[in-house]
Amino acid sequence: MSKDTREPLIFDVSRPGRVAANLLPKCDVPYQSPSELLGAESLREKLPLPEVSELDVVRHFTHLSQRNYSIDAGFYPLGSCTMKYNPKINEKTAGLPGFAALHPLQPQETVQGALELIYELQKMLAEICGMKATTLQPSAGAHGELLAMMMVQAYHAERGDTQRNIVVIPDSAHGTNPASAARCGFKVKGIPSNEKGCTDLAGLEKALEGGNVAALMLTNPNTVGLFESDIQQICQMVHDAGGLVYCDGANMNAMLGLTRPGDMGFDVMHFNLHKTFSTPHGGGGPGCGAVSVQANLEPYLPVPTVEKEGDTFRWKFDNSKSVGKVHSFYGAFLIAVRAYTYILSLGKEGLRSASENALINANYIRARLADYYDVAYNAPICMHEVVFSANRQKREGDVRAMDISKRLMDYGFHPPTNYFPLIVPEALMIEPTETESKQTIDSFIEAMIAIAKETQENPEIVRTAPHTTLVSRLDETMAVKNLDLRYAPLFEE
Amino acid sequence: MAYISNTNEDRAEMLSAMGFTSFDALLAPLPPAIRYQGELNIPTALDEGGVLRRLQQLAAKNVDLESHLCFLGAGIYDHFRPVVVGMLAVRGEFATAYTPYQPEVSQGTLQAIYEYQTLICGLTNMDISNASMYDGATGLAEAALMATSILNRGDIVVSGAVNPLYRQVIQTYANVTGYRVVEVPTAEGVTDTERLSEIVNSQTACVVFQQPNFFGNLEDVETLTETAHKAGALAISAVDPISLGLLKPPGDYGVDIVLGEGQSLGNAMGFGGPLLGFFACNKRFVRSFPGRIVGATQDSQGRRGYTMTLRTREQDIRREKATSNICTNQALLALCATIYLCELGKTGLRHVADLSLQKAHYAFQQLCAIEGVKPLFPNAKFFKEFALSLPVSPSELNTSLLQSKIVGGLDLGAYYPEFAGSSLFCVTETKTKAGIDALVSATEGVVKGGKA
Ligand SMILES: Cc1ncc(COP(=O)(O)O)c(C=O)c1O
Repeated sequence: MSKDTREPLIFDVSRPGRVAANLLPKCDVPYQSPSELLGAESLREKLPLPEVSELDVVRHFTHLSQRNYSIDAGFYPLGSCTMKYNPKINEKTAGLPGFAALHPLQPQETVQGALELIYELQKMLAEICGMKATTLQPSAGAHGELLAMMMVQAYHAERGDTQRNIVVIPDSAHGTNPASAARCGFKVKGIPSNEKGCTDLAGLEKALEGGNVAALMLTNPNTVGLFESDIQQICQMVHDAGGLVYCDGANMNAMLGLTRPGDMGFDVMHFNLHKTFSTPHGGGGPGCGAVSVQANLEPYLPVPTVEKEGDTFRWKFDNSKSVGKVHSFYGAFLIAVRAYTYILSLGKEGLRSASENALINANYIRARLADYYDVAYNAPICMHEVVFSANRQKREGDVRAMDISKRLMDYGFHPPTNYFPLIVPEALMIEPTETESKQTIDSFIEAMIAIAKETQENPEIVRTAPHTTLVSRLDETMAVKNLDLRYAPLFEE
Repeated sequence: MAYISNTNEDRAEMLSAMGFTSFDALLAPLPPAIRYQGELNIPTALDEGGVLRRLQQLAAKNVDLESHLCFLGAGIYDHFRPVVVGMLAVRGEFATAYTPYQPEVSQGTLQAIYEYQTLICGLTNMDISNASMYDGATGLAEAALMATSILNRGDIVVSGAVNPLYRQVIQTYANVTGYRVVEVPTAEGVTDTERLSEIVNSQTACVVFQQPNFFGNLEDVETLTETAHKAGALAISAVDPISLGLLKPPGDYGVDIVLGEGQSLGNAMGFGGPLLGFFACNKRFVRSFPGRIVGATQDSQGRRGYTMTLRTREQDIRREKATSNICTNQALLALCATIYLCELGKTGLRHVADLSLQKAHYAFQQLCAIEGVKPLFPNAKFFKEFALSLPVSPSELNTSLLQSKIVGGLDLGAYYPEFAGSSLFCVTETKTKAGIDALVSATEGVVKGGKA
């Protein structure tokens, strides 16, 4: 059973003198000694890199890839992450030399197609969320949140409202929300959710007292998968108190063509192009956290912005009100190419259909599992994801949400999100997305039901899962105690 | 085409299993006033061929650097990308996974990150590396903020020879937190170390410099580091990872935090994104460090495995007290960097660095032989970029060079008004002698008043 299935580290495969391939040309200019050109004192001696053949490289990374679960291999219902199918055509278009082989500082007349794509995608995103303008500069959702908080601060500063140093955030929010607000120098004031899992209006009212609130950061649909039905009133309350309202748009996949944050009263939001718009998650990135704003925040967008004059596109760098720059250049352009490709492929009707199917799939799971797992906050309908609590399983079989997740691996599925949102004890957050079929979802549901039964009949098998993966549960405590963050032998001598 | 798997029948069955007859029932939580009734102003769906044609049409409006010679650098570099890098990284098993929250089914990504961390530590000779930052500029801003919070000091001292775009990003991050960014002047294309020693004081959290610096020149990194340390501040260096094939690693001269742009390690230029911020530091700072990090450990049966560790620094656990807000990072680009560094290996990376050095110096010497073209910083040593003062306007030269299918250097005047009339050229190993000669003769043609 404890067969050692390790893939060696590439450093173990290395042999002195081995080289990969004939990758580089011979020097065709007169050779000068590096120590003369750079100074001997500037040169290094050791360069601890592996020495391997190209076949070693190919086998090693192919083996590593086989040690991953992925959307391409199976159902990946990781809540809040929108693990939908990532169309292959996106990779084809992003790889076109006319996009991939562009330098960001090329003369503008040589990148008109790139500027046009950015301009069009920004407009499309603004249309989808019902706002005025968009920037693609942030590299991920959290980066978009940070940028938005910078703009909120600049907005209040211009009005002389510098006492506004508080950002209100529900306790159900993703951890990046408070972290981003704090990174921007704001104090974070948490507000508890009500018994329905939504924003508690009385709590919000109280938090808004004192005139020091700069903004409310709200996720809609929220992280419990529920639509904030009081959203217009919430936005009104914050606006009446002089604050702005930020929408964490991680859950935009629930709303395409169905409803728009801009119409609800939000001032600013971020998109995760790597969720809603199908760009691959890459094992943890890259993403793009595009930010859209209403007219009130447009002056503060980061520079450069792209403008259209006649048929010509150009960067505009001078904008005295802009918060500045949050990326080396213009953001993740090749991610923007993928998202643009996706929007053209779906069209307006496809976007709407995506959200409709996302809602159907999530509600179907909810309906079919409601007898086996406690639905968090028993609302009649969820949006694009459903959150269960494993409270019952914990009570009945001392089985935790994490145990159920690990057991799902034995049934061939990626686990849901665990321990988020923090307000749901033993949370199992399931987001099926629109691209999965009823057939796949039915087999997932059957696995969940089987695990619920195991919890009653043989909880040990769930508590000790997974049993079929290449490694079993890893000792996290040991990882922290005996920190091993790089391959030590490489640095010895 | 929404890539939907459900058939109409599936949907009808699912709705009826929930006790609904139509989809609209699922919209009950949405107040009617905010239900979107219109039609989005977005084109109707295109077939796959139509999408490809539209994207190809846009791509064709750009001058791509496979068909043109590129002598632009300034942070993004046209280094060779071995074919194997893209071929492996595009595998869906890597590309369509997410952050390895569940280590039992993510050992591939986790081990690759562990190898990446090892390679970055090896290149820089630092103790620890994280799993990636968004890009070089935000990595630098995070490093500076990390220094302010470790030392509880408010001044970020930055060399004027640090990439001006990076300095804009530091300034943006500092503005909102109330930290002061103090710029150190340059002299002859490098940081003025005498002025630096006058500027640093007990409020200095860090001294930030770049090696080679924005002008391509080598800094006196020992003195810069020492000056920071004498003031009790941290030394932070941005480095070009390719240069580390030849140059002394920052760990050797005692820098506390090292970061840089990892695009040249096997990633596309991509019009400047997505990028890869690498980030490494001394192990003293292991608890104040931003970003994901992977460690080795054992499973319940004693087998070696990898997992994300030191998680209590992160936003999902620590919320507003986290060391950074970063969540999604640049994992796939870090994977490309890992494959690149393995494929090139010890001799290959040295070779890339050396070829770039040789070709840049050849280009420099040939260009300087043109009458009126002069080195902007005659006393500086440089790696693969160099600044030249030109007898013609840089932007006019660039316009003419385009006709010879050459993308010329960066017009320095756009970033340093005092250097108007000068260009920053970059030459990597991808340029042949013939290509460099073409640049030289086209430039000569323009200088002599003819057309390129
Ligand atoms: C609700 C929510 N908000 C914000 C984020 C942060 O987005 P990113 O990981 O792209 O920074 C996430 C995702 O991980 C999320 O689920």
